[in-house]
Amino acid sequence: MTEAARTPYDPADETAIGPSHGRDLFSKFDPLIQEREALLATGVRDPFGLVMEKVLSPTRAIVNGKETILLGTYNYMGMTFDPDVVAAGKQALDEFGSGTTGSRVLNGTYQGHRECEEALKEFYGTRYAMVFSTGYQANLGLMSTIAGKEDYIILDADSHASIYDGCALGTAQIVRFRHNSVEDLDKRLGRLPKEGGRLVVLEGVYSMLGDIAPLKEMVEVAKRHGAMIVVDEAHGMGFFGENGRGVFEEAGVADDVDFVVGTFSKSVGTVGGFIVSNHPKFEVLRLVCRPYVFTASLPPSVVATAATSIRKLMHAGEKRAHLWENSRKLHKGLRDLGFNIATPEAQSAIIAILLPDQDTTVRMWQGLLEQGVYVNMARPPATPAGMYLLRCSLCADHTSEEVEQILGMFATAGRATGCIA
Amino acid sequence: MTDREETFAKVAELIEPFNKKDIELKEATTFAGDLEWDSLIVMDFVASVEDEFDILITMNMQAEIESVGQLVDAVENLRNDG
Repeated sequence: MTEAARTPYDPADETAIGPSHGRDLFSKFDPLIQEREALLATGVRDPFGLVMEKVLSPTRAIVNGKETILLGTYNYMGMTFDPDVVAAGKQALDEFGSGTTGSRVLNGTYQGHRECEEALKEFYGTRYAMVFSTGYQANLGLMSTIAGKEDYIILDADSHASIYDGCALGTAQIVRFRHNSVEDLDKRLGRLPKEGGRLVVLEGVYSMLGDIAPLKEMVEVAKRHGAMIVVDEAHGMGFFGENGRGVFEEAGVADDVDFVVGTFSKSVGTVGGFIVSNHPKFEVLRLVCRPYVFTASLPPSVVATAATSIRKLMHAGEKRAHLWENSRKLHKGLRDLGFNIATPEAQSAIIAILLPDQDTTVRMWQGLLEQGVYVNMARPPATPAGMYLLRCSLCADHTSEEVEQILGMFATAGRATGCIA
Repeated sequence: MTDREETFAKVAELIEPFNKKDIELKEATTFAGDLEWDSLIVMDFVASVEDEFDILITMNMQAEIESVGQLVDAVENLRNDG
């Protein structure tokens, strides 16, 4: 090491950072850096830098030394502290160690991966299941692999980033249709050339606004045009349909859907992703999906907690009912207070409040945190149509009294910030 | 008017609702640079062009189209292919 390398870093000295010649590759981010600095200079807290010092339960954490109600965790079914789930994770840590250290293709499959896939097959009633390290990677793998250069992927304009990124990673021709428009999907499928395969990509619940897709109509249209269909049920698993499989189950289209993509990081309460399918050639994906082959598999404790949680979710009727009750109660309460909500009724466990601009949204977010409730802030480009949102996601473990309490906090913060009268 | 001129005129008409700064439209006018469109406007606009001409402009093609003239050429090609 040279002396220079040990010189303390001085942020004011621009020559100390960046390369000694040529353009600093970071300069493209300057507008964003300046916008953030301007926002934080107004004295508000950073909505993207919150730290939970302790997590007490699926619905409570200590934030800034203060006990806070969690209303933005996607922990829909409250499985993160389930005693059976936690015990399964501890046992797997003891028996299989902390990690797998590599890809399943290279380093081998652990018993826990197999058991997790068995649990998924039972949960979904499918012949095949494949576990990925995250839901993002499941979409990345499917989109980039299943459709080749001559094929078409037809996707909703509001699709999740993992779907877009999977398309970008692959070579297929990408066609978008207007969000949730059956007519627009029909028209675009009708314009495709006869040659080439077709994959229509839908999501059960769209996570930004918490609205659901008209899957019955969309699946009918896609089938009529000879397309294969994938439905992402990241935000629908656990509490839609008779078996909690997702919006596609509730819409009665399970037999016409070729793939269901999902995640363990929402209702299942850990981390990981998956695809389930009945396609007879499905297993070949393990050899050709690069986001499966070239990354480390999930650690034993994670697949053990996932498998246990998935099996418990099969029999979680009461939790489901309470989650829906909570979602409807919060939606109605917020609407009665005068907030502008993205959906006319509670369509999922995500309730999104529309606010006019970033400044108001951050002030409201901070007001809520000071009251003792944590929600998510979302802004463009993550949101559709340039919206600023405060997004609430409910948990089956929120009590009815807590929802009342939350509404009281929204009333106080909303009036203090002028969001409601 | 030639076919291409007609296509240009139609494309210009479709741009108008999104042309907030009243930028004069030429062949070389760019969507990202001159018109300052973000990805959301592009999505809406492309959908309207697709519906007007009954064509598909894939995202792969969109990545190559930067100017009004390039879009008019693409529309012409797609119409002739169909």
